[in-house]
Amino acid sequence: MKLKGAQILMKMLQEEGVDAIFGYPGGAVLDIYDALMDTDFKHILVRHEQGAVHAADGYARASGKVGVCLVTSGPGATNTVTGIASAYLDSIPIVIFTGQVPTHLIGNDAFQEVDIVGITRPCTKHNYLVKDVRNLAKTIKEAFHLARSGRPGPVLVDLPKDIINSTTTFKVPGEVRMRTYNPTYKPNIRQIQKIIDLVAKAKKPVIFSGGGVNLSKAHEELTKFARKARIPVTSSLMGLGGFPGTDELWLGMLGMHGTFRANMSITECDLLIGIGVRFDDRVTGKTDEFAPNATIVQIDIDPTSIQKNVPVSVPVVGDCRISLSMLNDLLEKLDLTGVDEKRAPWLKQIHDWKSTTPLAYKQGDTIKPQYVIDTLYELTGGEAIITTEVGQNQMWAAQYYHYKEPGQFISSGGLGVMGFGLPAAIGAQVGAPGKTVVDIAGDGSIQMNIQELATAVQYKLPVKVAILNNGFLGMVRQWQELFYQGRYSFTKFEHMPDFVKLAEAYGATGLRATKPEEVKKVLKLGLETEGPVIMDFVVEQEEGVYPMVPAGAPIKKMLLV
Amino acid sequence: MDEQRHLLSILVDNEPGVLSRITGLFSGRGYNIDSLSVAETVEPHVSRITMVTHGSPGIIEQIKKQLNKLINVIKVTDLTGMHYVLREMALIKVNAKTEHRAEILRITDIFRGQVVDVGIDHFTVKVTGDPEKIEAVINLLKPMGIREIARTGCVALPRENGNSH
Repeated sequence: MKLKGAQILMKMLQEEGVDAIFGYPGGAVLDIYDALMDTDFKHILVRHEQGAVHAADGYARASGKVGVCLVTSGPGATNTVTGIASAYLDSIPIVIFTGQVPTHLIGNDAFQEVDIVGITRPCTKHNYLVKDVRNLAKTIKEAFHLARSGRPGPVLVDLPKDIINSTTTFKVPGEVRMRTYNPTYKPNIRQIQKIIDLVAKAKKPVIFSGGGVNLSKAHEELTKFARKARIPVTSSLMGLGGFPGTDELWLGMLGMHGTFRANMSITECDLLIGIGVRFDDRVTGKTDEFAPNATIVQIDIDPTSIQKNVPVSVPVVGDCRISLSMLNDLLEKLDLTGVDEKRAPWLKQIHDWKSTTPLAYKQGDTIKPQYVIDTLYELTGGEAIITTEVGQNQMWAAQYYHYKEPGQFISSGGLGVMGFGLPAAIGAQVGAPGKTVVDIAGDGSIQMNIQELATAVQYKLPVKVAILNNGFLGMVRQWQELFYQGRYSFTKFEHMPDFVKLAEAYGATGLRATKPEEVKKVLKLGLETEGPVIMDFVVEQEEGVYPMVPAGAPIKKMLLV
Repeated sequence: MDEQRHLLSILVDNEPGVLSRITGLFSGRGYNIDSLSVAETVEPHVSRITMVTHGSPGIIEQIKKQLNKLINVIKVTDLTGMHYVLREMALIKVNAKTEHRAEILRITDIFRGQVVDVGIDHFTVKVTGDPEKIEAVINLLKPMGIREIARTGCVALPRENGNSH
């Protein structure tokens, strides 16, 4: 069958089971967009290419499938870079197709030419410039394979206009075989046995679970393991949803804004089992004093994550789900009689930490942002998909909403992208049509990709945005308050749009709450209203996120409210 | 911890952009490249990069893992601590006044080098050996006045077990 490059791309997207594409047309991709008209893909026309990538990211996390973006050359391509870098740091499977000037013009500084393969080399798992239409099908196949396998990540495919227009014989390529790429899924059984031996001896064990658990959907295996061995669980921001946030063994999030009990448990534990984590600096604080008394175990599919930031006694290279199910098999053979009594003092200690120093706030005359999230949790029964922007809104969303499963908490964890939440919510809503999707936003972040509200309205995607509006770039303001003697350098917005009117201008619904007693009413109405809704919560201006570990301090040195 | 010098032999896909992925990895993560040499192997689709790098043991471990993680990297061998043969070549263009010409030839001879270009007032000398030997030649020629030097960086291969001398 003779096909044009653009048609081959469509065929291959069908082959890979793609249903949604987030994109924005332009000169270099006219032919691809022309071919797109003859297909059934759901194409979501975003308003900015950055939005396309965040949407594909949100889609991938909510659906468990590979997210797909299609953008034009030059500025279309460079606009994707932030989204790609975010997906790379969070290991989210996305394939980005960028248009490129015709091959004979590459290197000529042609109109809308940019070396996007060069630009994205350090922030993609891999990328390709297709120079021969005969390699197109195979390249697309490899791109999807790389994006979803091993440690997932974004893969970019750059498509010159003449390649897309050339014709070749199309055959669906066979299984991908790459001699340079062969991720290890099954861990070494001896290493797994070592973990079991350590669990049998440990008096004060803790599990630290991360994004890897969510990516490999290891939540059921993790829950089974933790409950059976009676080991409390904490997680990184990326790990939220990997263990039920309502379980008695749940410690809450760890790290800079972790709970008191989570940070104290890490400091006091004698065994730390890290699963799908990279011991990021926001988690460890000062590494010398991180889990100082513990034997540290680390399970990760990516060998570079192991031993990178902290020394590890038992390194295990493997997939989180497979590793945990092997752990569960071996745990069956372990005599666990008396484990409850054995763990009792440790769990009692943790319980005491929780009762003396819980996450807390006092709701007074002005709306507390934490109260908004508390109420949202209550009204949604903990069932909503929550996306966040970055900063205080993100941390409160992590602390006060409790997550049940992978893909429920969607946040730009590694790169920390303001403007992530709204497009990610749009993508998540496309990936999980029946779900309630709420973007917990700040008044600063929401303005970074507010244009995507038009996308939500156009496609009737009923995403809800809760703006915690404090008139400040809240997290930076908090640092200025604590570490810069309250010198608020350019963190106060002297002018702010009217978010209610803005919502209406876009054809969405706008609601506002200015008093605590209005919070529940506005949230309820917002959640019940059809279509996209912006809820503007005018909150306490100088509320801080606590506990807080100052950057570089040991995690037990927390500033409390 | 103590910095160590390591000699890595890296087999990669012989494709455009691969070297850039490797050097980009080093610059992006703040690793050091002391010397680098690249050329095709007997397999035209495969190139060998020989690299000298240094860092703490933790950094060296990361360097090897990060290299292996690159999709175009086929194999990373750390030759440090193994038996291997190592060579570097240098071209040294040195001032050759009449009174120095004999001395330069003698030094070249001692190090089994060769004069590959000659003019009224200069020689270009080629020497091959390990980096220490090349340093030695350079030091001996310095008093005559070195105009330019070009060095290849190290290339190396492991010795075969048992029957290699």
